[in-house]
Amino acid sequence: MTLLAVERIKLFSTRSPWWCMALAVTLTVGMAALIAANTNDEFPLSVGVSQSFSNFGMIVIMVMAALAVTTEYRFGTIRATFLAVPGRVQALIAKTVVVAVLAGVIGEVVAFGSWGISTLIKPNADMAINSSVEWRNVAGTGLVFALSAVLAVAVGTLVRQTAGAVAILLVYALLVESLIGLIPKIGVNIQEWMPFMHANNFLTADSAALPEGAGPPRLDFPFGPWGSLAYFAAISVGLLVVALAVAKKRDA
Amino acid sequence: MDQVTLLAVERIKLFSTRSPWWCMALAMVITIGMAAVIAANTDERFPLSVPVSQGFTNFGMVVIMVMAALAVTTEYRFGTIRSTFLAAPDRVRPLLAKTTVVALLSALVGEVIAFGSWGIGRLIKPDADMALNSAAEWRNVAGTGLVFAFAAVLAVAVGILVRQTAAAVAILLVYTMLLENLIGIIPTIGPKIQRWLIGRNSDHFLTAGNESFISEGGGADQPFGPWGSLAYYAAVCVGFLVVALVVAKRRDA
Amino acid sequence: MIEAIGLTKRYGTTVAVDDLSFTIAPGRVTGFLGPNGAGKSTTMRMILGLDRPTSGKALIDGKSYAQLDRPLRTVGALLDAKWVHPNRSAKAHLQWLAKSNGLPDRRVGEVLDMVGLTAVAKRRAGGFSLGMSQRLGIAGALLGDPQVLLFDEPVNGLDPEGILWIRQFMQSLAAEGRTVLVSSHLLSEMAVTAQDLVVIGKGKIISQGSTTEFIEKATENSVLVRSPHLSKLGPLLVDKGYTVRNDDDGALTVVGATSDQIGDIAGANGVVLHELSPQRGSLEQAFMQLTGDSVEYHAEIGK
Ligand SMILES: Nc1ncnc2c1ncn2[C@@H]1O[C@H](COP(=O)(O)OP(=O)(O)OP(=O)(O)O)[C@@H](O)[C@H]1O
Ligand SMILES: [Mg+2]
Repeated sequence: MTLLAVERIKLFSTRSPWWCMALAVTLTVGMAALIAANTNDEFPLSVGVSQSFSNFGMIVIMVMAALAVTTEYRFGTIRATFLAVPGRVQALIAKTVVVAVLAGVIGEVVAFGSWGISTLIKPNADMAINSSVEWRNVAGTGLVFALSAVLAVAVGTLVRQTAGAVAILLVYALLVESLIGLIPKIGVNIQEWMPFMHANNFLTADSAALPEGAGPPRLDFPFGPWGSLAYFAAISVGLLVVALAVAKKRDA
Repeated sequence: MDQVTLLAVERIKLFSTRSPWWCMALAMVITIGMAAVIAANTDERFPLSVPVSQGFTNFGMVVIMVMAALAVTTEYRFGTIRSTFLAAPDRVRPLLAKTTVVALLSALVGEVIAFGSWGIGRLIKPDADMALNSAAEWRNVAGTGLVFAFAAVLAVAVGILVRQTAAAVAILLVYTMLLENLIGIIPTIGPKIQRWLIGRNSDHFLTAGNESFISEGGGADQPFGPWGSLAYYAAVCVGFLVVALVVAKRRDA
Repeated sequence: MIEAIGLTKRYGTTVAVDDLSFTIAPGRVTGFLGPNGAGKSTTMRMILGLDRPTSGKALIDGKSYAQLDRPLRTVGALLDAKWVHPNRSAKAHLQWLAKSNGLPDRRVGEVLDMVGLTAVAKRRAGGFSLGMSQRLGIAGALLGDPQVLLFDEPVNGLDPEGILWIRQFMQSLAAEGRTVLVSSHLLSEMAVTAQDLVVIGKGKIISQGSTTEFIEKATENSVLVRSPHLSKLGPLLVDKGYTVRNDDDGALTVVGATSDQIGDIAGANGVVLHELSPQRGSLEQAFMQLTGDSVEYHAEIGK
């Protein structure tokens, strides 16, 4: 418990997490407002449409999570941390938990904020969250944000350099997973096993709300939505375990 | 110091650190390697063609943008920018020299990537129609260097403005890879805004008239033709650089 | 008490620390002395469990650092004053450290008072001057009121007032019965700070013992002799077993003899002396002499 408090103090006593959180929430919710304001009979507003910008928030939160580790390496405070808590694994797990919980909260704020502002702007649209698909689409955002943060902390711990970690995370999540689809035939088969594709599957499976071509590619996923979440979680946590083992072994 | 010396200085600075080498190697190896994987998986239904061989170049471009941004932000981080400004106090010229060196290098990497991807495709599928026999195909391949060069100019400009590695890299990558696409989701106005975004225009320059199973061959309702799109794209990138230079000249180093 | 037992650290092919064994006693300031690159910081990082020894071990009161429960209560360290997030306030930096080892929040205020940073406690540490950063680092080391303290080059870049402050501070900590290990590459600094010295060069132990002993042993006692009859006096002194060096300006430097002995020999042989002056080598010279072969980087002077 004390370790959690320590990591909370550390995280909130610097500026970048505040910036990232503010950016993730305002830009995502702001864009949801812009989208809602521009919906019409041809492109009607729905729960799914109100959530279509949440990927932006997730990416910003991943940057925040990676920074939470890499800045410690950059400024040497990781050594101060390991002097105070020689059990490195405990210290890093505490950090991961704090960052993931915060990411989860931001995810919910972003999701319900986007939904709420859309409802306000178009009170006549069908914005009731009344199916499990819709609940998953909105309330599930926090889970995806939290697990993405775990993944980002793991990459940050492994790479230790801010530029490297941020570039790897963003290029992978935003570009590589979609470019892989260009490989004829096998491309989609590979995509069906890529973690962020599964995160998206968890959020959007069975939701018909997205306009054609706007959402992620429709893939033949090996799992249903909750299986996809479990798979995404397994990859994130697996990577974290590797990162912890590496951090324990190497010189601080 | 004359401009030639400044260019030499910036070249030495760039090549005496490790990250540019890493970025260049990564950009070339992965892009050309993926072109090979794509080529090996083409068949009659998904035939290999010049534009298909270029499908992964965007990956190389973002890696080169990271390299270009780092070329500036690491100078701020390690304080060497101050030594640079002490050696050449008017600031604009050393920064221009840096931009030139980085842009030229990016262009070179772009050409290597484009022709490398094309060449490896030809090697793997010698029977595919990979002849560069139209202006559109030449543009698709040889134009890559131009697009890389201006992408690097933009990245240098953002690096100068932001000065922090994490922020510069995040802004550049999130904008190019995410925001440009997400904007399209906004009903009705989204696609109209998108036509004016720089990535759309550089893509249009490369892909117009090159349809294949991976792309429709450029945006049909882009405001400019391919070369107009390139000019627009270049103008925006250089515009950012001008702003960055003015800011760098005014503020404390 | 700090013990190093066969401590060794290799980075690739460089042997940074080579089979070091020493014991640092409580109640005294022990200087950890060696030229740049000798392996002082590496040794300290291994004592603190940050770097993994290639072989050997380091113990603090009989335990390895990782075995310590709430280690800040046992060991305080200042390895690098820059190990602070620049956007975090001094107070927040100490708060998280205190929290991590279950130390009460008031302790933060106490150590800030001790090092004189109370007035700037809420300012971001990135804006601190070197001296202020150093004080903040010391505050962090003192937080748990530890019995064992390690300081790596704490006076680097400080002004004379700051140096004096740290010196007296370390001496008072030792006087309270604590173990204080402080590294430096300046013998002159250690001569006035430390009672004991552990001297290393190129990762190996060169000497270990009390500071006065070390200085006496290390400082060569020589006598400068000027005389119109040096060609006669020289061989006489060599016959007696003293080391004699011809100086460039036509004088002799005699090592191992006192000025009385040389005067007696000269008188007995009828040699006229123009000068007979005992020379005391400087501490820096002594240090150079001892670590001469083990300096990592030699400066080429005058070439
Ligand atoms: N992480 C590392 N990787 C490779 N070599 C290292 C590393 N850390 C230290 N070294 C090498 O180990 C040797 C000892 O370095 P160390 O920093 O311990 O010396 P030092 O006595 O503290 O020197 P100084 O007085 O300059 O601080 C040096 O040759 C250094 O280059
Ligand atoms: Mg050192």
